[in-house]
Amino acid sequence: MELQRSMVDGSVCMKDSAKSEISSERTLYPYVTGTSIIGMKYKDGVILASDTAGSYGSTLRYKSVERIKQVGDHTLIGASGEISDFQEIMRYLDELILYDKMWDDGNSLGPKEVHNYLNRIMYNRRNKFNPLWNSLVLGGVKKGQKYLGTVNMIGTHYEDDHLATGFGNHLARPILRSEWREDLTFEEAVKLIEKCLLVLLYRDRSSINKFQIAKITDEGTTIFPPYALKTFWGFSHFQNPSKGAAGTW
Amino acid sequence: MFRNQYDTDVTTWSPAGRLFQVEYAMEAVKQGSAAVGLRSKTHAVLGAVNKAASDLASHQRKLFRADQHVGVAIAGLTADGRVLSRFLRNECINHSFVYESPLPVSRLVVQLADKAQVCTQRSWKRPFGVGLLVAGLDETGAHLYYNCPSGNYFEYQAFAIGSRSQAAKTFLERRFQEYDTYSREDLIKDALFAIKETLQGEKLTAQLCTVAIVGEGEAFHIIDQQTIQEYIDAMELSTGGPDEEAAAAAPPSAEAQEGGEGASSEPAPMDI
Repeated sequence: MELQRSMVDGSVCMKDSAKSEISSERTLYPYVTGTSIIGMKYKDGVILASDTAGSYGSTLRYKSVERIKQVGDHTLIGASGEISDFQEIMRYLDELILYDKMWDDGNSLGPKEVHNYLNRIMYNRRNKFNPLWNSLVLGGVKKGQKYLGTVNMIGTHYEDDHLATGFGNHLARPILRSEWREDLTFEEAVKLIEKCLLVLLYRDRSSINKFQIAKITDEGTTIFPPYALKTFWGFSHFQNPSKGAAGTW
Repeated sequence: MFRNQYDTDVTTWSPAGRLFQVEYAMEAVKQGSAAVGLRSKTHAVLGAVNKAASDLASHQRKLFRADQHVGVAIAGLTADGRVLSRFLRNECINHSFVYESPLPVSRLVVQLADKAQVCTQRSWKRPFGVGLLVAGLDETGAHLYYNCPSGNYFEYQAFAIGSRSQAAKTFLERRFQEYDTYSREDLIKDALFAIKETLQGEKLTAQLCTVAIVGEGEAFHIIDQQTIQEYIDAMELSTGGPDEEAAAAAPPSAEAQEGGEGASSEPAPMDI
């Protein structure tokens, strides 16, 4: 019995020299996961926000995971889903940007190009039944043009003025649909984002009270240090919870 | 010349540090019929002389579109030019597919030049016998490049290749400094005048030449014969050409003579 790596798709399997392959390793389910990403365009550029949690199933195992990263000069990427696959994606993208920089010719890959490249990777992996188990949001600005797109593990991709992954789609997007405007200033945009993040903190059990906001404009990228939001639990129903059923906890 | 000893294959250097096979390939470019290119900040124009081998034949195609934003004019071995055009189209479409955006022209010409270089360093290959004028538009503006069989490439404001291209180059050298701000129409007129210079006396008609343009808001396309003939007629109306110094310096044979060809009244069989 020995391990053998397939030349076709890189999957590793056990092989007995007398018999054929016994098992093959492909992504079947995710292990360490990140929850929602929220992204939106605002007046000067694009904002991405997320919490910094890495869950191991139902355990909030890692609490300082950076799920939003910079890709080249013009793009930010935020990932939910399997963290190790996100790290793999970052290797692909860093290599892409490196080769792009090596041309040193005045041209550069913008967010649209990075998004499409990533989509090709995600869709190809999906076709081989070995997906990168992520939903990603890509935001960027190039020559004044703002871009915000998403791509996920099955290769579905689209652009919009505001986007979210996972629970964010259900909890944050409705807020954004009614309150987002084209000309939000940075401060207004952050307030709106924090409103969404707070809802996610209350209602998504995989989220924690430690958030990161990142913005990208024509001038450049800033990923702010993590911070916490103020929560309110003083609702009347939470006072004396055993009122209706004595002895309960 | 005493260079026959070192010119048998491309992987043999001469004592003077030359690769004669590569230089012979560049000779093939000089023998092909002329092609010219010029650009402004926003547009690039390519022109070529199309002369059929006989009245019975159609002329060789010299202008090829590689993508919406790039095209080439070739001079030399047309077959090699066709193969390289297919390569350019492939590179452009591959890039568009992966990145959903047009391949920057400077990167396309580097890929083309690298392909040409390979053929100068393999004993079982020969250099491509074709020179290409690559005209295109990307986010850094309009560009014109010349790709050599040697694997070198150069960027130009205006250039001409092929037989009798020196006459066109002389004309372009006088005018190129203003090209950055030229309008699209003036670029086309100058391209036609440059082509006329290479004809050295023959009457310029729309059947004899092909012109293509690419620019902001304008995909690469070959301009139809009728429009070209209108440009030519307009050129002839004004005294001897686009400007006075050109008329004084160049031999005034071009516009004065009536060309002997009766065929200029009918379109040639395989006209673009």
